[in-house]
Amino acid sequence: MAEAKTKDVLFNPVLKNNPIALQILGICSALAVTTKMETAITMAIAVILVTAVSSASISLIRNFIPSSIRIIVQMTIIASMVILVDQVLQAFMPDISRQLSVFVGLIITNCIVMGRAEGFAMKNGPKMSFLDGVGNGLGYGLILIVVALFRELFGSGKLFGVELLANVKNGGWYQPNGLMLLAPSAFFLIGLFIWGLRTMYPDQVEQEG
Amino acid sequence: MSRESPIRTITVAATLCVVCSLMVSAAAVSLRSMQEANKLALMQKEILKAAGIYDESDEASPVSEQFKVIDSKLIDLDTGLEVDDSLINPETYDSLKAANDPEMSVEIPSGQDVAGIGRREKYAFVYFVQNESGDGFSKIILPVYGKGLWSTMYGYLALENDLKTVAGITFYKHGETPGLGGEVDNPDWKQSWVGKQAREIEDGELVPAIHVIKGGVNESSPEAEHQVDALSGATITSNGVENTIDYWLGDHAFKIYLNKRLGTELEAK
Repeated sequence: MAEAKTKDVLFNPVLKNNPIALQILGICSALAVTTKMETAITMAIAVILVTAVSSASISLIRNFIPSSIRIIVQMTIIASMVILVDQVLQAFMPDISRQLSVFVGLIITNCIVMGRAEGFAMKNGPKMSFLDGVGNGLGYGLILIVVALFRELFGSGKLFGVELLANVKNGGWYQPNGLMLLAPSAFFLIGLFIWGLRTMYPDQVEQEG
Repeated sequence: MSRESPIRTITVAATLCVVCSLMVSAAAVSLRSMQEANKLALMQKEILKAAGIYDESDEASPVSEQFKVIDSKLIDLDTGLEVDDSLINPETYDSLKAANDPEMSVEIPSGQDVAGIGRREKYAFVYFVQNESGDGFSKIILPVYGKGLWSTMYGYLALENDLKTVAGITFYKHGETPGLGGEVDNPDWKQSWVGKQAREIEDGELVPAIHVIKGGVNESSPEAEHQVDALSGATITSNGVENTIDYWLGDHAFKIYLNKRLGTELEAK
């Protein structure tokens, strides 16, 4: 593990070992914040930052952490990072912060962050852990953005709040698909994404029996 | 000393806590003024929205500019009179903080506490949209809050200058279930309030008269002007909205002020 290559650490989690698609971690927030591109991208950046910085700081002090309290130590660091991100969002992007509401705070319980801290950062150096955090954050962010792209485009005919498909409400031709704005559509989209991914990398298919 | 020894464990835990709490509190303190400014802008925006005059197009001026058409007055809810600036500085007065301050608030008698809020502030702001000729107001906006299912819902109720027709309603803070009670934010539902009669004359004075009803409003019924369709699957939230308005337009809250105000308006005419 210690000799993991920089490029692999950074890009593997994006497609080959995607935290949502392969590890099926962090689904809950992926359903909630993906009705719009704007919130999805903000959330993606927040998760990348939190995963990267908390993994790096945990890795930095990994040799001092007594194993009996390691989980709580990781939790404390992650929670502090999340509060920082939340405070910054509240100060600089109040509207988006209101739309993301509790989900920024819930990054604390996002299994990706904790999983990378425990699974990678405790065994690897700070630089690698930082990259691993960025990579996993990117993997999570990619799914959010892909899902949000479809949901916003077909659910409200818009992207980034700009109308692309003229809505029937405003005299256009496009009847928005309300299902896209509801949580189940994110399940369908993530399912399709996993299908696509496993066709590309057949070794991801779980063997039956 | 072994890495797993109790002393070592406690030292690591304590150091970590101090470092993390310093970081978090530094961020909270340094960003507070910006967050407060955002909150103020949000409330101003909601006041404008309640009055139905908020312009959110890109060319529109910032909220603080648009808010200049709004005139605010601090009033004493018990007497219905305006509060003198020398008694309370309206620049620094925060009615939400006052509601939690035993000195600045009063307990609501249990029989009258339909909104379930326990205490209310002694002094509350009312906001006016000036009319075009500048000699009066076209709308009045009242801050209201009350219990829904999970949370206290904070919002604004705007009335036309007859002080009984609803001009708009909005909630800027609540914790109701998204998709059910959370639909208090639904623009269509808020629109269904506009034009309803929030007060009616009973025994010679105006009393709250808005009802949130299940099963849809029958527009041909004579009662329809007092009725608003409830939110599906959110009976308690819908009742909470009705109760909130009942309380704030009632005897213990804005009724005294509104009726006094109406009296002077009529005299002026």
